[in-house]
Formats: sequence, structure tokens, C-alpha cells
Amino acid sequence: MKLKKNTPVERLWNGIFTENPAFVLVLGTCPALATTTSATNAIGMGLSTTVILSLSNLLISLLRKVIPDRMRMPAYIVIIASFVTMVDFLMEGFVPSLYASLGIYIPLIVVNCIIMGRAEAYAGKNQPLASFFDGLGMGLGFTLAIFLIGSFREILGAGTWFGRQIMPAGYVPINIFVLAPGAFLVYGFLIAGMNKLKIGAGRKPKEEWDPTVKMCGECMNCMKMGMCGKKPESCEEVKKAGETS
Amino acid sequence: MTLLILAVNACLINNVVLSQFLGICSFLGVSKKSDTAKGMGAALTFVLTLSSFVCGVLYNVLLVPLHLEYLKTIVFIVIVAALVQFVEMFTKKYAKNLYEALGIYLPLITTNCAVLGVALLNVQNGYGILTGTVYGFATALGYWIAIQLLSYIREKMIYNDVPKSFQGFPIVMVTAALMSIAFFGFSALK
Repeated sequence: MKLKKNTPVERLWNGIFTENPAFVLVLGTCPALATTTSATNAIGMGLSTTVILSLSNLLISLLRKVIPDRMRMPAYIVIIASFVTMVDFLMEGFVPSLYASLGIYIPLIVVNCIIMGRAEAYAGKNQPLASFFDGLGMGLGFTLAIFLIGSFREILGAGTWFGRQIMPAGYVPINIFVLAPGAFLVYGFLIAGMNKLKIGAGRKPKEEWDPTVKMCGECMNCMKMGMCGKKPESCEEVKKAGETS
Repeated sequence: MTLLILAVNACLINNVVLSQFLGICSFLGVSKKSDTAKGMGAALTFVLTLSSFVCGVLYNVLLVPLHLEYLKTIVFIVIVAALVQFVEMFTKKYAKNLYEALGIYLPLITTNCAVLGVALLNVQNGYGILTGTVYGFATALGYWIAIQLLSYIREKMIYNDVPKSFQGFPIVMVTAALMSIAFFGFSALK
């Protein structure tokens, strides 16, 4: 599918399918594993991440000419942390039961690599509108992915979906899927399934991320920390640094 | 004695990676070789102990008396980021050997959610400065145990014939799932 670059629709498509943060880039694994005990929790986590991601992308993009280059990391961290604090209080006030089940994973959205990664890779360099839709697309892609994981875990582990019984009465729930090991299993099998589809379509599966091998000096200073998955020689920022020095 | 129980609990029973899912990124990313796992484990133990102490002091001495508890997320993340930078600069200048051993892992720690997670858990559970520091140290030790074990398994896994679609990330996830089941055994210690 060919779309004009940096338009809202292209950004949404990119976030949800082409560069899905959870399945294609494998970022934000902590919340994808921790908050997917049920479909409801997964949706709650996904949507709060989406809100924070699109708002912080918008603000960072608006401020991109004001923030000095050297100070951008601390500035991004403070902006993201402020939005997270706001969402934290709004959720505590309006959806207390969801807030209680998500626990410390709401404030931990601050260190979600997706948000920092998008700020660094996209919002800091592009127009506000496109950045906002980039955040929205990435957030929705993430929501969709963890909703899938959450659904699998809830249906297999408890026999319910959104709290309603959907498996036949004789079904014995496989408890382990709601517990910690189930998260690893479901996530692993889903990515294996995606790899299978990719191999079937004749494309190569994602290479393993190993920061100690792939990270070069430049990636160390880059907030994506080599998680962009690019090899150093193909990284634009490295090339740029090589040209100037 | 209560501190010891707390430490065993944080280290083995409620293992930070295998049952609380904090610090998964580096757990999966840096566990390919046992040497790098050792470096990462040591660096995290160092930073996490220090950061839970500093965050505990700042929260109890500064934020609580000023009724600024709601700023804790922002304050903690800034402290963690600054602390990692500071440790990096300090070891570079005064402890060259330590810097060479741990240096490349330090930037990875800023975005490691275990560090911020422990600082927030300390507040949530109402731990004081001493309890919080012990909890931080034990949590980091638990992380180290988990990542070290995974790295040994992965070193052996090279000789295994893994199905093509499971190569790389998925097989590591399945391994982690089995480790997580094994760690359930520790809950009998309670």
C-alpha cells in the first residue's frame, strides 16, 4: 500500500500496521506483558498510553524549535512525565477500579520506550499535526496488539472475555495463562505466528536485537538505545555524525 | 529479620522480571552472552541500590514535608536520569576499571523500568529509607539472577534446532515462561 508520506492517514497506517510497536518493533514489552491479564486491562493501558503518546508528541513537536538540541532528552522526559502524572490523577479520579488493577504500571508509562522513541525519532523533527497522528497511530497499534494478547490470556486463562463467560460451561480454565508465565508464552507464540506469516510471504523475520553488538557509539547517546533495530551503518544519525566529524 | 524476609521475597518469590515484568527490555536484549549479562546485572545492582536510597531520602526529606507527593513521578525520573549520568561521569574519571566493565550498560539503565518501578513501589508500600534501599538491592539481585540464568540457557540454545519462525525473540519468550514457572516453586518459601 502506497500512501503520501507524513499525512495523517499514512501515519496512522504506519503505526498500526507497518511499524506496529509491539509486534514489529518489539518495544514497550513491560506493559505488554504486565497489564494484559484481561482484555479490559489491556484496553485501559493501551488507551492511556495512546493519550500520553499523542499529546506528548504534539507538545514536543510544537516546542521542537525552542528546545536546544543538547537539552532535548531532559526536556522530553519532563514533558512526558507531566502528561503521565495528569493521566494518573484523571484515572484515579474517574476509573478507580481500572486504576487499582493497573497499579504502578500507569506511572511507569514514563519509561515506556515507545514514547521516548517516537519523541526522538519523529516528533522532534516533524510538523505538529503529523506528529500528533504519528503518536495516535503508534498508540492505537500498541493498543490493538496488547488487546490481542489480553484477549488470548483472558479467554484461555479464565474462559471469559471482558468479564463475560464465553467459553462453554465444561471448559476448565488454564490458570497459568492469567499468571506471569502465560504472558511470556502468549507474546512469544504471537510473534512466532507473525514470523511464520512473514516467512510464508517470503520476507525475513525481524532480526534479534542485541545492543552490545549492534549499538555503536552514536546509539549510546540516542534515546532509542539501538532499539530502532537498524544496524549502525544504516542509521541516518550515525551517518550525519560521521559527515560532520 | 523482617528485612531478610523482605529481601528473599523481592529476590526470589516476587522476582522483578519473571513475575512483575519490570526491566524486560534489557532482560531480553542483553542476555545473549553470560559476560554481558554479568555486566548488566552488576551495573543495575549498583544503580538501583543507589537510586532507591537517593529517591527515598528525597521523598521523605523534601517531598513529604512540602506536600508535593504528587510530583513524585517527575522527580524520580529526573533523579534517575541525572544519577545515571553522574555515575557515568564519576566512574569515567575516578574508577576507570569499573567504567570499562559497566560503562556501556549505564545508558540502558535510564530507560529500565525496574529503577523507576522500585522507587514508586517503595512509596506505594510505605517503605522507609533503609527498608527501601534493602528492597532495591534485593530486587536488583533478583534481576541479576534471572538475567544470568537466561544467558546460560541462551548460550546452550545455540546448539539447538529451533523452528524457523521461533528463532530469535519468540524462543527467548518461551524460555522466560518456563523460567517463570520454575520460579513459582519459590513461593513455597513464604
